[in-house]
Amino acid sequence: MRRLHALGRATALAVALAAATMAATMAAATSASTAVAYRTVEVGRFESVLPQGNVPTASAPVDVAPFALREAPVTVAEFAAFVAAHPEWRRDRVPVVFAERRRYLSDWRAPLVPDAPPHSPVVNVSWYAARAYCASEGARLPTWLEWEAAAAADETRRDARADPAWRARILAWYERPTPDPLPDVGGAPNAWGVRDLHGLVWEWVDDFNALFIAGDSRTQGDPDLLRFCGAGAINIVDRDSYAVLMRIALLSSLDAADGTPNLGFRCAKSL
Amino acid sequence: MNAITFDRRTLLLGGLAFALAPGARAAALPGESIYHLSATLVDQNGQRFELASRRGQPLLASMFYTSCQMVCPMIIETIHATLKALPRADAAAMRVLLVSFDPARDTVPVLAQTAAARGCDARWTLARADEPTARAIAAVLGIQYRRLDSGEFNHSSVIELIDGEGRIAAKTAKLGAVDAPFLKAIRRAREAAA
Repeated sequence: MRRLHALGRATALAVALAAATMAATMAAATSASTAVAYRTVEVGRFESVLPQGNVPTASAPVDVAPFALREAPVTVAEFAAFVAAHPEWRRDRVPVVFAERRRYLSDWRAPLVPDAPPHSPVVNVSWYAARAYCASEGARLPTWLEWEAAAAADETRRDARADPAWRARILAWYERPTPDPLPDVGGAPNAWGVRDLHGLVWEWVDDFNALFIAGDSRTQGDPDLLRFCGAGAINIVDRDSYAVLMRIALLSSLDAADGTPNLGFRCAKSL
Repeated sequence: MNAITFDRRTLLLGGLAFALAPGARAAALPGESIYHLSATLVDQNGQRFELASRRGQPLLASMFYTSCQMVCPMIIETIHATLKALPRADAAAMRVLLVSFDPARDTVPVLAQTAAARGCDARWTLARADEPTARAIAAVLGIQYRRLDSGEFNHSSVIELIDGEGRIAAKTAKLGAVDAPFLKAIRRAREAAA
């Protein structure tokens, strides 16, 4: 009887513990999802470094529809919760067509156990995985134009790109090697209230496979040229925007299943 | 060097799938298969279909938009020429899938009209999908496209041989004439299946 009682207590304790753990996990998940902040970005007319018109070398400002952008890149903890909830995105289960096996979450200790600090940006994720994550948040990946428009701001100005001092500041980041581990998200907000667009990680955009196209497909010549920076660089309108140009060069060199140790993502929503 | 031919083993494995009747499909898709992508499209007859429903037969796949004056008609003509250059039985077994990246303008009637005007028979599917789906199909096919403010598109022009299990077995960027190495890759895959 006493033994049974003890067993009962142990069971009750175990159940209580499990319940508490579950509650804690759920609370953590809830707080993670409620903590996700999106900032409204209303750029209006915007001049991209990529030509948007039919003349590949001429600038043509376009209207960027108002959208909401995630305040910070998706973190390791947030992505770990996503993988736990959507096991088809575990690194040991995802089909290789969606994520290169050698890269995807390769820095994690186990399929569900990240190694990096929980609030650092998640990296080594494929475009497909980033897209699936954003869908789980009721969002999508930003387009290049949206990302570029939001990233044109500094702390006070919505478009600081003409300022050589600001350009130099951004460029300085690209000159530094990637720290290991990556710092936590949460840098200073820009004029839109969006953080970490520069200075932390590279970021996927939804139309990453749209950036380095020659002005006309008839003029492509050797299609392999698309793989090289030079082929597309001739079509960059503002060639002084080295930092942005480097982003484009990186993104256009990627396949959707790729990932790199300093490539993360954030999500966007149409308004 | 217009054709990228994959290694022999991939082709042989892919070729095996050519012979499989739909009822005899292996249960598990290979990891490289584009048919893992969940993508709903609508064809030129207004029929909805899943990309994965194309599993089981070899496929020539590309992307296009109908208002394109120059390159897209060339893609269609190049596929016609490629099919004509194949032995009759191989050509009959081949399917063609062209996905538009201009869903706003490429409605079902427009696709139907293009299919008729370009002599596309029952082997051909001209399809549309919503923009996020078209973007994902471009990703699995490794095709780049960008909509310009004018409504025109810049895009890479590539025709891919997809084996019965959804693996990209060969691709060509040569337009306007039959790409001999690409043709050879198709025939090799078919021979392996025979």
